Amino acid sequence: MLEIKNLVVQIEDKRILNGLNLTVNKGEVAAIMGPNGSGKSTLSYVIAGKEDYEVLDGEILLNGENVLEMEPDQRAAAGVFLAFQYPLEIPGVASMTFLKATLNAQRKARGEDELTTPDFIKRVNAAATQLEIPKDMLKRALNVGFSGGEKKRMEILQMALLQPSFCILDETDSGLDIDALRIVSEGVNALRSADRAFLVITHYQRLLNHIVPDTVHVMHAGRIVKTGGKELALELEANGYADYRETEAA
Amino acid sequence: MADVTLMKTPAETALAQAFESAKTLLPGNVESRAQAFELFTQRGLPHRRVEEFKYTDLRAFLREIAPFASAPSVDEAKAALADAKALAGIEALQVPFVNGHLVREAVDFHNLPENVEIVPLTEALADNHDWLAKLSPVKWASENPVYQLNTSFMADGVMIRIAGPVETPIHLRFVTSAASAVATATRILVVVEEGASVTLLETHESTNGANHQPNDVVELIAGDRTNVQHVRVNAEGDRALALSTLAAKIGGEAVFNSINVVAGSATSRHQVFAVLDGENTNLRVNGATMLKGTQHADSTLVVEHAAPHCESRELFKTVIDNEATGVFQGKIIVPHHAQKTDGRMMSAALLLEEGGSMNNKPELEIFADDVQCAHGATCGQLDEDLLFYLMARGLPKKEAESLLVQAFLGEALEFVENEAAREALIGTVEAWLKARS
Ligand SMILES: Nc1ncnc2c1ncn2[C@@H]1O[C@H](COP(=O)(O)OP(=O)(O)O)[C@@H](O)[C@H]1O
Ligand SMILES: [Mg+2]
Repeated sequence: MLEIKNLVVQIEDKRILNGLNLTVNKGEVAAIMGPNGSGKSTLSYVIAGKEDYEVLDGEILLNGENVLEMEPDQRAAAGVFLAFQYPLEIPGVASMTFLKATLNAQRKARGEDELTTPDFIKRVNAAATQLEIPKDMLKRALNVGFSGGEKKRMEILQMALLQPSFCILDETDSGLDIDALRIVSEGVNALRSADRAFLVITHYQRLLNHIVPDTVHVMHAGRIVKTGGKELALELEANGYADYRETEAA
Repeated sequence: MADVTLMKTPAETALAQAFESAKTLLPGNVESRAQAFELFTQRGLPHRRVEEFKYTDLRAFLREIAPFASAPSVDEAKAALADAKALAGIEALQVPFVNGHLVREAVDFHNLPENVEIVPLTEALADNHDWLAKLSPVKWASENPVYQLNTSFMADGVMIRIAGPVETPIHLRFVTSAASAVATATRILVVVEEGASVTLLETHESTNGANHQPNDVVELIAGDRTNVQHVRVNAEGDRALALSTLAAKIGGEAVFNSINVVAGSATSRHQVFAVLDGENTNLRVNGATMLKGTQHADSTLVVEHAAPHCESRELFKTVIDNEATGVFQGKIIVPHHAQKTDGRMMSAALLLEEGGSMNNKPELEIFADDVQCAHGATCGQLDEDLLFYLMARGLPKKEAESLLVQAFLGEALEFVENEAAREALIGTVEAWLKARS
């Protein structure tokens, strides 16, 4: 589904991704673990299409199509979804207005009809109930005054509504207490399907107890330095990332 | 004298000629008009070396004077009003003007809502009506050249007295349907008696393609414990040069809330002169301006806290596309006796492209020591990170920009209490954004 080959990315003359290779298959849940600063968020932004990054080499293929040539909205319509590590506050834009605009924009891009208001509200309510998001939160401006955990739940709500085929979760567990972690993980697990793939970025292993990955990749200094099964996460938890330092020096 | 004549611009000479030939034809006492015109002539058309007109050089903008419009026939007026769109469909008492002249046939003067009394200005001037003494309640306006021109040329208008609570909004609807350029000068006086309340809707529309020159003045005298809500829309044609003044004198424990939405004109200047004349009054003056192409819009504001314990909030939002120019000049004046004044003035501009410009000049003139006053001005572009967030959720760039612009202007619109008017203004913003993409 997603294939990244030899991706080299820099920002303001600083090399961040150094020939990164990664493949995620349909139906797979892949985890990326790595120390702070190893380039995990950069990778997620580059897949989603943030402008600030300069791609010097390599390619990103989604179902065989080169996403690097697409605008962020086109990538979204093609199925890419990024749950942000730090979701942004948008003063003056009501959450419901935002949700409806994004959902209809994607439907339009795919040649589908706009949702009727009752149908839209039904879908939002169903997703909000599952994620234990109170209705009055949806009446407020998007993410404005939301707690860290509420913002993360709001990201998953958007994911549930937009039904993307390739979901990137960037440190979705950070800032979540144990209950919120459970709710968010259940929300994500409910979306797991044979047609959908996930890239779960995390610094800690605890999220992976709830969202059990098929594969675990270790990222260091802008590269995937090791790939294994879910047991690799436990190993990292026990030993830390110290073992991978040499790779950087090499 | 010869020197002075020599220094006149062609437009000033044309104005002097127009005044000479019109003064005896215009309704009412020639003396007061002549006095105003004399005051205007002493300084002439204001230009950029006149501080208050530094960013809106009227001498440069006003090179030719359009002929003053004559009254339309009843059929012409009806057709023009049938086409009027600004704040259309809102239930209101309609007081329409076409080409600067009151359409009397459209107002049932003998069957007005309770607590509303309306006298046509032409009648009041001809009869030397008592209310005329109430005109020009604010000295800041009387000293202003645009206002002086209006006093010289005002050809029509109404005087409205609100004696108690009025539920139905009053819609002052100005439509200029003339195909070629005309000048108009209207004067509205609204007297709101102690304890009364009213919503005033004021809309200005004109034909595209003609260099219309409207000069409109609304004067408000609101007594103690009044509540006045005022919504103004400039939807003038694309070549109009629109000058307007709101002069308001507000009593104590009152509420006055005014917004001006600019969606039209090639060039416009809206001046607000407000005097808070009694304690514990609450004033809000907002602006929402949308500019594109080479449009120029000026919002000029003077708020005088003439009494202690008043609160004023001024919020002006300007969106500038292409090479358009926005101007905000705001001044809060707090004399030494106006203790406990709480005044906050903010102007924020959003530049959508490289070529636009914004001139911000907020000022405080404070002579009292126990006050809370602040002003601020910002000028920036849309937040790239927010745009990316919206696009990453599937919104094409223009739509993402539109959503952020709506949110930006929405902050100024949210204080409009009349829900239908607020919705209509949001619609105006949406239409402007749609025309852009
Ligand atoms: N906008 C930016 N400008 C400059 N440096 C950046 C920027 N974004 C990220 N970096 C740098 O790139 C490196 C990787 O950052 P990031 O992708 O956020 O890592 P991670 O998510 O793994 O913590 C860090 O050294 C960070 O300081
Ligand atoms: Mg990160």
